[in-house]
Amino acid sequence: MDATLLLDLYRQMCLSRRFEEAAAKAYSQGKVSGFLHLYIGQEAVAVGAISAAEPTDYIVATYREHAHYLARTDDARGAMAELFGRATGCSGGRGGSMHLFDAAKRFFGGWAIVGGHVPIAAGVAFGSKYRGEQDVTLCFFGDGTANMGAFHEGLALAGLWKLPVVFICENNQYAMGTPLYRTLSVEDVAVRARGYPMEAEIVNGDDVLEMREATRHAISRARKDSLPFFLEAKTYRFRGHSVADPATYRTKEEVQKWMERDPIGILAERIRTLGIATEEQLRAVDDEAKAQVQDAVRFAEESPVPAPESVEDYVYA
Amino acid sequence: MPEPRIISFREALREAMVEEMERDPSIFLMGEEVGHYNGAYKVSEGMLARFGEARVIDTPIAETGFAGVGVGAAMVGLRPIIEFMTWNFSLTAIDQLINNAAKLRYMANGQFTLPIVFRGPGGAAHALAAQHSQALEALYAHVPGLKVVMPSTPADAKGLLKAAIRDDNPVCFIESEVMYALKGEVPAGEHVVPLGVAEVKRPGRDVTLVTWSKMVHTCLGAAEELARDGVEAEVLDLRTIRPLDAAAILASVQKTHRCVVVQEGWPFAGVAAEVVALVARDAFDDLDAPPERVTSLDVPMPYARNLEERVLPSPARVIATVRRLLGVEETVGAPVPPARVQRGR
Repeated sequence: MDATLLLDLYRQMCLSRRFEEAAAKAYSQGKVSGFLHLYIGQEAVAVGAISAAEPTDYIVATYREHAHYLARTDDARGAMAELFGRATGCSGGRGGSMHLFDAAKRFFGGWAIVGGHVPIAAGVAFGSKYRGEQDVTLCFFGDGTANMGAFHEGLALAGLWKLPVVFICENNQYAMGTPLYRTLSVEDVAVRARGYPMEAEIVNGDDVLEMREATRHAISRARKDSLPFFLEAKTYRFRGHSVADPATYRTKEEVQKWMERDPIGILAERIRTLGIATEEQLRAVDDEAKAQVQDAVRFAEESPVPAPESVEDYVYA
Repeated sequence: MPEPRIISFREALREAMVEEMERDPSIFLMGEEVGHYNGAYKVSEGMLARFGEARVIDTPIAETGFAGVGVGAAMVGLRPIIEFMTWNFSLTAIDQLINNAAKLRYMANGQFTLPIVFRGPGGAAHALAAQHSQALEALYAHVPGLKVVMPSTPADAKGLLKAAIRDDNPVCFIESEVMYALKGEVPAGEHVVPLGVAEVKRPGRDVTLVTWSKMVHTCLGAAEELARDGVEAEVLDLRTIRPLDAAAILASVQKTHRCVVVQEGWPFAGVAAEVVALVARDAFDDLDAPPERVTSLDVPMPYARNLEERVLPSPARVIATVRRLLGVEETVGAPVPPARVQRGR
């Protein structure tokens, strides 16, 4: 087991967790506005999957994408400043929490209409194939997407044209406040992918290493054979749909049960068991993440708001 | 000087695509029936044979899917031409146009350009009924981030499509099924008509008819008729709805002092309303009469031929409106009332 890798995955998951805790705090203080969808509890999915990709592979994600952005860019400052609506944000304060972009690092959003980005991800992969490039596109979305037409059309074209895209369904079991068993006619989203056709695999989304390995396999199929692949990561979000949602539709017992298998805790346990790091060393990694987040908050607070006269910039090229 | 030749509107569109694709390998054509079927309306006839399946791409009936694929491909620097068999079908993909294509550049603070053309026929053809006869330009022109282009002649079709393909923004390029066979002089080779520039298709001094797409021909017919009574109507073809050539509209109205906007779309919140607002504000002192609109009636398109004819703007309605503005007596036929906006109960 690669000690450096495990510790880096741990660091990334801590960074995402601490980032979102700080974002929620800033939201309660009125410093962050709009919708804020927290990813707490699901960190192993984004961190594990993106760690398996090359930096030149494309990432297309949803409005619950802080962790994905951080996993690709490590740019807590740019993300936090964006949440604060500052000119130094990764989208210049024009996007907010739901629209994080970094074109240079191939982080392609940040899309906030459920399912609408699935065909876009297929299109990015189409672009790679059209030009004979070897890059793979990773497309993240939630279980609530599985009934959208755009989801099916995106998968249909990826299957038909054999596009190098890995679809990653983050099944956190709730489409906003409605449990999946009330909205999905099948138990596993993965069965829907198989008809398009594409290989599909169900993964324990709370295990960052399992997530990483499954994504490595999927990416390798996409890259070598130019075939789409579908991963369904079973996971759970500890918080509500957004910070405005108290999530009263779930029992305390249910939430408690899932929090006991906190993906960060699972990885920490493995690291300790393998003797890679002590409790104290892990705390130091977490402290480092906290410091990075504190720096990001300070940076955001001290950054200027966008220039008012810039409001009409970038409507057209 | 390139030598003018007479070709059809559809040939002009094809010529634009072929010439641009010869020039730039990042351009491809994608849509239903564009390849092996040679185009539902034969606009892309022969293009598959010329460019192969990698660049002339047949799709399933999945507008959301292939419009979205176009957006994604444009994000990585390709220049897709996405054909909608008709703009009516674009409604199933409207999320891709309005939420994604129109917004990306702004949301990402200018990190992306999105050079993509969505094209196909819009408006009524003949007796295609309510779901296949819609003039939807107002819907798309409403949205910042999109451009909307609507040619009326073969030469403009070629020149504007070449400009649209070269543009770094999402462009909605709306053609017309009933104009595909229309013939006209089209320069060979490099012929580019810049977006956002209107053109006077017939000069006149008494009234300005602001119009676009196939209504240009309705207005030219009306102008011909009016001229027999000594009324000289100027026909201003907008060619591009967004960006709107406000300067050309105002210059013409300042000359004629009267303005009638003629559109195929419905009256409520349409492009004509936008032009009228512009004229009312910026040419108020030049006007000798209130700016007027001639539009389709405010109903879904009926199938029966006589009802369809009644819905669409006609030269007779344009003439009646112009005469009313000029205070000229009706010489033939009964007066036709302006389109009434339906009020829901």
